[in-house]
Amino acid sequence: MKTVMEPKRTNTTTEQQPRSEKTETKPAALDVKHLNIYYGENHAVKDVSFSIEKNAVTALIGPSGCGKSTFLRSINRMNDLIPGAKSTGEIQYDDVNLIGDDINVVALRKEIGMVFQKPNPFPKSIYNNIVHALKFNGIRSRKKLDGIVEESLRKAALWDEVKDRLHESALSLSGGQQQRLCIARTLAMKPNILLLDEPASALDPISNAKIEDLIMELKKEYTIVIVTHNMHQASRISDKTAFFLNGVLVEYDKTDRIFTNPSKKDTEDYITGRFG
Amino acid sequence: MDNKTMTMAASQRLLKKSNKSALQKEKRGKYLVLASALLIITATIAITIFLGTKGLQAFISNGVSLYEFLTSTKWNPTAENPLYGAVPFILGSFAVTILSALIAAPLGIGGAIFMTEIAPSWGKKILQPVIELLVGIPSVVYGFIGLSVLVPFLRDTVGGQGFSLLAGMIVLSIMILPTVTSIATDAMSSLPKGLRESSYAIGATRWQTIWRVLVPAAMPTLLTAIVLGMARAFGEALAVQMVIGNVRSLPSAITDPSATLTTIITLNMGHTTFGSVENNVLWSLALILLVMSFIFILLIRYLSSRRQF
Repeated sequence: MKTVMEPKRTNTTTEQQPRSEKTETKPAALDVKHLNIYYGENHAVKDVSFSIEKNAVTALIGPSGCGKSTFLRSINRMNDLIPGAKSTGEIQYDDVNLIGDDINVVALRKEIGMVFQKPNPFPKSIYNNIVHALKFNGIRSRKKLDGIVEESLRKAALWDEVKDRLHESALSLSGGQQQRLCIARTLAMKPNILLLDEPASALDPISNAKIEDLIMELKKEYTIVIVTHNMHQASRISDKTAFFLNGVLVEYDKTDRIFTNPSKKDTEDYITGRFG
Repeated sequence: MDNKTMTMAASQRLLKKSNKSALQKEKRGKYLVLASALLIITATIAITIFLGTKGLQAFISNGVSLYEFLTSTKWNPTAENPLYGAVPFILGSFAVTILSALIAAPLGIGGAIFMTEIAPSWGKKILQPVIELLVGIPSVVYGFIGLSVLVPFLRDTVGGQGFSLLAGMIVLSIMILPTVTSIATDAMSSLPKGLRESSYAIGATRWQTIWRVLVPAAMPTLLTAIVLGMARAFGEALAVQMVIGNVRSLPSAITDPSATLTTIITLNMGHTTFGSVENNVLWSLALILLVMSFIFILLIRYLSSRRQF
């Protein structure tokens, strides 16, 4: 898996060049063009276009129902599971359009992993939670599996807490530990992009802080897109912030500019807590 | 608060003694439901005690050997030297129960997975009423259909008399199918949605999600579904009696006629006199049924305690 993907990460010649001056430094991991998403009659995401940078944290903020989660879920095609969901436009990733009908969603989700708001470990041991997905990929060698389990748990900053009880049920872990296990489980797939849907909002403040530290650590290696309702969290951990309102991308800029000097009135109202 | 109550002193409004009639109504309701609960408990205990004493009478006062009862395969209570070996019926009951569960479990769980995972919209719309209909058909109708369709069919295709363990097993498996399917459907649909999503999110296919994540997670409840089906199969008398052949000997093949604890009781209770040895050994068979149903309940309780969701 790793060897197949390595050239993709380093080979910048095939990458889309950033389109606007706002994304001046880093190359784009995902280039979104005129994306529309519908749930039946409901137009949930309206003509959204922007570029998500590589090896950076992009925060998606906005009030509930603004389309940010819907957008996030369209990147790894989780919306396919919702009956009546339909998308038009482009999400360019390397040399493919992720919205296309020809995408193998199973392979896609291995490259673009997702962690949800509520920690949802499988009712198996900690070890098997991570090994589970690897076995789908045909990795059977015990030694290799052990190696990946340790590596992913270390990356998710969970190894020291669970190394002596890898074979206990994952459901015996605390909420924060379960969430880091879910992150470890996703990292074990060696994804290129991590999608986080309010990963810390169901956790206590200490677990929350641990998850934030983890995200800061992970962005060195991964492209991270995070949906959050927590303004402080967005300002602390993200490099870029996108503000959604009623399905429209209102403003997208560097995080410090969004939080100190937003150009749109709606953005300012939202981050100062005047609505939403 | 209206004006009248406003003028009353707090002791008139708030103390228990001044609100007697309302409190009495409360109590009346409480006693009514308590009485229902007590009645249910009393009835169950009474039946258990009655079955216990009647079932043991054959061994205590009639001198039937418990050892012979549980180990011998010879049953002939009306012979000059009566024989009371219940093994053919005990084994017969277990055989039809386990065999019918073997058919109904995969079908029922498969149907449940189809309804919850593959085609939740139209699959449920069609299968749900079908299953409810299957529950509503009385067992005598199942037996009648088995007798007039299944038995001749088996006679023509696999040979023998048609009345057989196989016929009993097929009729029973259809009868317990709705039990297994409906509880398995509940088990699958009560799994947290996040479990499904997180499995897809790490790149599992639908099949992998179903077999490696959802079915294992629902396993304790799925097993409960199977055990409940088995409990129903174990206790079913009428339909089985109509197709199984009711012989006293051990079957040597699945196409041989056989008998179960329930069929022997229903066949013989009419022509034995209450208090006779022949009648008492039937009570002993009934006691075995009761003990087995307790075991099934314990098994279900144990399985439910292992539920994770």
